[in-house]
Amino acid sequence: MIGLPHFLVLAGVLFSIAVAGIFLNRKNMIVLLMCIELMLLAVNFNFIAFSRWLGNLDGQVFVFFILTVAAAESAIGLAILVVVFRERRGINVDSLDAMRG
Amino acid sequence: MFVTLLFYAFATVLVGAALGVVLSRNPVHAALFLVLAFFTSAALWLLLEAEFLGIVLVLVYVGAVMVLFLFVVMMLDVNVAQLREGLTRHAPLGALVAGIMIVEIVYVVWVRELGGTLGPMPAASVASVSNTKALGAVLYTDYALPFQLAAVVLLVAIVAAIVLTMRKRPGYRQQDIAAQVAVRREDRVRIVKVDPAGRP
Repeated sequence: MIGLPHFLVLAGVLFSIAVAGIFLNRKNMIVLLMCIELMLLAVNFNFIAFSRWLGNLDGQVFVFFILTVAAAESAIGLAILVVVFRERRGINVDSLDAMRG
Repeated sequence: MFVTLLFYAFATVLVGAALGVVLSRNPVHAALFLVLAFFTSAALWLLLEAEFLGIVLVLVYVGAVMVLFLFVVMMLDVNVAQLREGLTRHAPLGALVAGIMIVEIVYVVWVRELGGTLGPMPAASVASVSNTKALGAVLYTDYALPFQLAAVVLLVAIVAAIVLTMRKRPGYRQQDIAAQVAVRREDRVRIVKVDPAGRP
């Protein structure tokens, strides 16, 4: 029988894969954005699973807001990506060293 | 039993799709794997009786955000080989961090039984209102102000995306509204005295 730990572990595995993806693809800005989307998806899983088990809709409302903010984030991220590509002829994260960080 | 089977099938596909996003060589393939991951997540959310959010995930994420991703990926001419270098160098570190995180989460959730006291999945609700209706009842009353803030966030995103990607190209003819409004009569109209008899 499926319990709450099943869903929490699934979300944790999803989040960990996304973190590993950020380590692996640290030069490719597009894949970095996709990994952030995966992380937000994993967080949403936790909210929805707890909402189901506690019988409370507030978790689903939070998922609604997270989806909104994530959509805005990816839109702005892709706009920045297009600008970076236009300026540098590439999307290599290493080339973004203007601030000497 | 059927739910258990469905959960494991969808979870397997979801983890496989996530690995595909992380490991695939081509960004287009990664985006398509991410579409699969979102779609499978929507199915799992339906399993959790979050019907509205499952449909919204398909409509908004698969339908809009991922199409935007694919659009950008295909529009930009990305040098994949250059971006792939250093992948194998960072692979052990990434695998190590992910492995530690998974072990920690499994320890907390499974071994220490966080939330395990809640037991198996509650019986399907037999409430007379649908999930969408119940969510709307909460969203438009208790969360009315955050809901409007979300609208403002989306508006800011629209404006920011347009402002960021707009550019002035040389030789690009464009309407200058300020100049049009500021024009005066003397700039446009010239009174010419014409002799009706036709003599110069």
